[in-house]
Amino acid sequence: MNDWRDDIFQVLQDHDIKQVYHVPDAGHSKVIEACQKSNAIRTMALTTEEEGIPLAAGAWLGGQRSVLLMQSSGVGNTINLMGMTKTLRFPFLTLITMRGELGEFNSWQYPMGQGTQKVLEAMGVLVTSVDKAEDVKTTVDHAARSAFNGGQAVAVLLRQKLIGIKSFGKK
Amino acid sequence: MSKATLQRRPLVKKILEGADDNLLVIAGLGSSNWDITAAGDRPLNMPLWGSMGATVPMGLGLAFAQPTKRVLVITGDADLMMTVSALATVAAQQPDNLAICVLDNEKFGETGNQASHTSPRNNGPTDSGAGTDLAMIAKGCGIADTGTVREQAEVAQLVKDLRTKKGPVFRLVKVMVEKLEFVMPPQDGAHLKDRFRTALLGST
Repeated sequence: MNDWRDDIFQVLQDHDIKQVYHVPDAGHSKVIEACQKSNAIRTMALTTEEEGIPLAAGAWLGGQRSVLLMQSSGVGNTINLMGMTKTLRFPFLTLITMRGELGEFNSWQYPMGQGTQKVLEAMGVLVTSVDKAEDVKTTVDHAARSAFNGGQAVAVLLRQKLIGIKSFGKK
Repeated sequence: MSKATLQRRPLVKKILEGADDNLLVIAGLGSSNWDITAAGDRPLNMPLWGSMGATVPMGLGLAFAQPTKRVLVITGDADLMMTVSALATVAAQQPDNLAICVLDNEKFGETGNQASHTSPRNNGPTDSGAGTDLAMIAKGCGIADTGTVREQAEVAQLVKDLRTKKGPVFRLVKVMVEKLEFVMPPQDGAHLKDRFRTALLGST
């Protein structure tokens, strides 16, 4: 079986994603590197996740599809501009690596991690999640279809169970 | 510092004069939106009615989606300030077709002309800012081609730079505080987006 990170990169290619926005992230690092090496994809490191929403809107105005890769903690930085997905009604796809779920050792990650799904849904974003490697490809593919064929704003939560719980050497 | 003498409406009209299908314009909420609309509403204008801070990243995404067109962002000092670090993202990506024009009146115009951060310091208890220099910030973010425009005599060169010079181009223009008529484009964001895409791509 493929690594689920390879599956994500494959789905992004299958859906003709041309712009990939990200902040540095351990969970997404392999996908980000694959995008950086691709000649067909423009990969942009952001200073804050907030930039990702209007970037995606601008790309769509110009006829290109994009994806925003971020952590759950970054979701809170996007919320007012996330409203653009509703006012402009443009396709939007974001893949979110989760922190602050059960098992998390860092207390600072819990507030936004536990709030992630609720605030996305409050802004009208469709939220789906995946916690098994074998389901990643289908889930991300379906999310991309809802976004780019169905015109929706869609978030996929990559659960901490899937990514592995960060321990910083603690047992 | 001398008081600003440039008026934003005739200035923006000059910047957009003769705009054709090769010019894609994004304007920030409030005065910049009314300015580009007063110059003549057109499908390839994307005037924002909200989403403060969205203009520069939106221009960047559009610039890479449409590398053969000129993308011009026209916005105010406070709109830029809200996502000012996006200038570093622009510098990292070096879009050669993107120009950013910031109309700096040193005020929060839509909420009653309170001093913005670009206002001078020590300007009294209710009208002091920080003296923030956005052109210097743009330079510091890594945008090499930046400049500040204050005089009518500099406008012809400003227009040329914004319309044709290799990007990314950043220009800060000091403009007067004025009470101007609201000239409003359509408000529905989905409509604005669809008419833009239809004019640019032939379909929504």
